[in-house]
Amino acid sequence: MITVVDYHAGNLASVRKAFEHLGCEVQVTEDPDIVRRSRHIVVPGVGHFGATLQLEQSGLREAICDALNGEALFLGICVGMQWMFQGSTEAPGAPGLSLFPAMIEKFPCDVKSPHVGWNQVEILPGSRLLRDVPDQSFVYYTHSYRAPVVDGTVAKTRYGADFSGVVERDNVFGVQFHPEKSGAAGLTILRNFAELAC
Amino acid sequence: MLTKRIIACLDCDAGRVVKGVQFVNLRDAGDPAELAAMHAANGADEIVLLDITATHEKRKTLVDTVRRTARKLFVPFTVGGGIRSLEDASAIFDAGADKITINSAAVADPSLITCIAERFGSQAVIIAIDARRIDTDVARAPSPAKNSFPAEVYVSGGRKPTGCNVLDWAREAESRGAGEIMLTSMDRDGTRAGFDCELTAAVAAVVSIPVIASGGAGSPHHFVDVLRKGCADAALAASIFHFGLESIGELKQHLQRAGVPMRWPA
Repeated sequence: MITVVDYHAGNLASVRKAFEHLGCEVQVTEDPDIVRRSRHIVVPGVGHFGATLQLEQSGLREAICDALNGEALFLGICVGMQWMFQGSTEAPGAPGLSLFPAMIEKFPCDVKSPHVGWNQVEILPGSRLLRDVPDQSFVYYTHSYRAPVVDGTVAKTRYGADFSGVVERDNVFGVQFHPEKSGAAGLTILRNFAELAC
Repeated sequence: MLTKRIIACLDCDAGRVVKGVQFVNLRDAGDPAELAAMHAANGADEIVLLDITATHEKRKTLVDTVRRTARKLFVPFTVGGGIRSLEDASAIFDAGADKITINSAAVADPSLITCIAERFGSQAVIIAIDARRIDTDVARAPSPAKNSFPAEVYVSGGRKPTGCNVLDWAREAESRGAGEIMLTSMDRDGTRAGFDCELTAAVAAVVSIPVIASGGAGSPHHFVDVLRKGCADAALAASIFHFGLESIGELKQHLQRAGVPMRWPA
């Protein structure tokens, strides 16, 4: 069972549909107790980092942290991935999970922002989430803020400079692009996540 | 490298794909779900479904069509036509669209852009602009300057002039939270005479959000032109694909050979 966390930030239909296409059972919930008991937790997200304050205020952050301590698997998508960092200059008052020690920042002015469209990932060896995803695969991005390359980066994308396309450590995974919109490569990533045993 | 996008557009009426020349003379071109899946398999980077004769009675058909089309589509999927409110947009997103386009309703009430962007994110809101040159004699038209271009915005499926200049409206749409601009040249739409590169470049120069060029695709070199000289981030076409004039795969290979970065193989 895949638990998609609904914190009223954008559209969850595509993420749900993609997991269902892969044969997974999916529940979309805003109930912290359901999240706390879940083994596969997905936090999607589009739009503004400030929307993650809703996770804070609704008790969902605490529930997610409890589940992670119990070794649940976590996948953050787009803003959901950014939330795994310390925070974002987009919304300085909204704390992230600090699973990765860096701040999310806006693209520098020398590149057109937002970064919208299909770009490639340079995959570093050893990723569990990216198993069977060919290096230099194209994936679909749409964002104006990005994570720097950090210790847990397992795929980088170049737009001006390199940024983190995918981060991974132990039971937590984050993707800046939209795997549910990235054709075959994206579906492979979602399948890998669904098939990971806790 | 960030690639340029090739977008297949399905113009729909009552659940069927149709395509006309300069907004009239509709011909039946097939089932939207089947065509969308076919285009995606052939390498389309994105699918747009436009309900071109949206009326209240047909609204339910559109939502059903969107749901059916979205089910097995794993590339970005945009829906437009007749979206007038946050509720209309929500119904389309719930049915599985990733982005919506709004046109007339945004001109009538620009705050609608902000309202939908705040709820679903700017990346989900595309402003569709139908523009017609004021001086349609291309040869005599002045070259695009940063702050003016002689083209006017039309609404209501191209039937009503607004008196609004295309560059002013593009800038306003961006400032109100639009994530992309889909710019259709009414002069070129359906003619297969090529995109209006000057118009596209003029709009691309005044906004920082992506500009999708539409109207006039007829051959591979038209795409090369608009993605380079026209500075478009994406190019959209409809009829060229339905009638087998060009496969998207062939088109993308042509573009890549011409030095335009493409997602290929898909």
